[in-house]
Amino acid sequence: MKTDAAPRVAGEAPGLFAPLDLTLAPGRITCLLGASGVGKSTLLRLLAGLPTGVEFRGTVSTLPCALMGQDAGLFPWLTVAQNIGLGARLRGEAADPARIARMIAAVGLEGLEDRLPAQLSGGQRQRAALARTLAEDRPLVLLDEPFSALDARLRLQIGDMAARLLQGTTVLMVTHDPAEAARLGDRILVMTPAGLAGHPAPPGPVPRRHDAPEVLAAQAALTERLLA
Amino acid sequence: MRALLAIAAALMLWEGFVRLTGLPPYLLPGPLAVGRALWVHRAELAPAAMLTAWETLLGLGLGAALGIVTAAAMATVPRLGRALSPALVVSQAIPVFALAPILTLWLGFGMAPKVAMVVLIVFVPVAQALYDGLMAPPAAQMDVARTMGAGRWAELRHLRFPAALPRLASGLRLGAIYAPVGAVIGEWVGGARGLGALMIQANGRMKTDLMFAALIVVVALSLSIYGTVDRALARMLRKRGF
Repeated sequence: MKTDAAPRVAGEAPGLFAPLDLTLAPGRITCLLGASGVGKSTLLRLLAGLPTGVEFRGTVSTLPCALMGQDAGLFPWLTVAQNIGLGARLRGEAADPARIARMIAAVGLEGLEDRLPAQLSGGQRQRAALARTLAEDRPLVLLDEPFSALDARLRLQIGDMAARLLQGTTVLMVTHDPAEAARLGDRILVMTPAGLAGHPAPPGPVPRRHDAPEVLAAQAALTERLLA
Repeated sequence: MRALLAIAAALMLWEGFVRLTGLPPYLLPGPLAVGRALWVHRAELAPAAMLTAWETLLGLGLGAALGIVTAAAMATVPRLGRALSPALVVSQAIPVFALAPILTLWLGFGMAPKVAMVVLIVFVPVAQALYDGLMAPPAAQMDVARTMGAGRWAELRHLRFPAALPRLASGLRLGAIYAPVGAVIGEWVGGARGLGALMIQANGRMKTDLMFAALIVVVALSLSIYGTVDRALARMLRKRGF
């Protein structure tokens, strides 16, 4: 496996999705939009090398990755700082306090380093999970509906924060929110049981303004495609 | 407060029932008579309670340790887990009390068979609860750990085990409730000392008030052991963010 190759999933999962070819754009955010149960998360899990519970026929070429899901997946018995340094802990490496402090500052959780996840709000938990994902410093980042449990305001704030912090990283972001795809996707793909189809992304670098006319137009068009 | 009122009401009903019916004290002594027996026989009850408490705590500690080690081994070696898991279920169907005579036969009339009885009673719920917890780690955390490249051992130590602590605590609470029962039954079957033996002797000599007094001491012992274990576990879980 060449490490500089673009991550790619090509194949089919009988009963879930027809043959398709998903190739991520290096250094860009690819938003994968689709209804629930269409197999978006299965594609993401294939790229992550995680068990999917379905039969997949095809090939996967991927890179070392970091994962962030709808459930922040923080370890309840570890503090915010320890959660952000979790990768090193699990691999038996020494923690890097300076790096952890940088990540905490990047997501604006200064002063909350020693809190347990139960003592954080939902938005703070997702920011801690984002910091942990960044701390892994992997060439591929997989986001599985990371903000869908948040209210509209937090979804905007943390989504924008993630897009800025992940600039230059190859990202697959699975979402069922057309507005999120229109704001955050350098590339937008729509997944239906028939397969994958590209959709032109609005112009301009991400994160885009939620109320920019092109973003609103793309959001409407994407919603239309999901309803079709 | 409400519990105390309920107990007081029950005791008054009991005393009233005994007085109204005129039941002889060897059939049913009233609470006042039982209270008197509690005081009169304090020199017998106190050392008996100490012994039973000691057997219970020793058995609880050993049984919990054995259960934790077994569950950890079962989770670490999947083949062992698959082999032992049904055995744990089957062992729960054995009425452990029926084993008391044979334990006495094997281990003599000293403390050993009573402690063994408690170990048997505590071991299964602890092992079962912890093993279930170790085998059902939270899915989101599991995914994160895997993508971070955690090995089997790191996964067990840093995720499966800490995540299973609430289940382990449930197993330990169950064990703490049943532990004194094990010690008392062990003393019933073979032994001259301890609260169980005292109850059997009192019953045989128609000293029903002493029997009830010993029973009250057993209940007090059980509740204080359970209360201590429960509080310690609750504090441990709270400190770990559960």
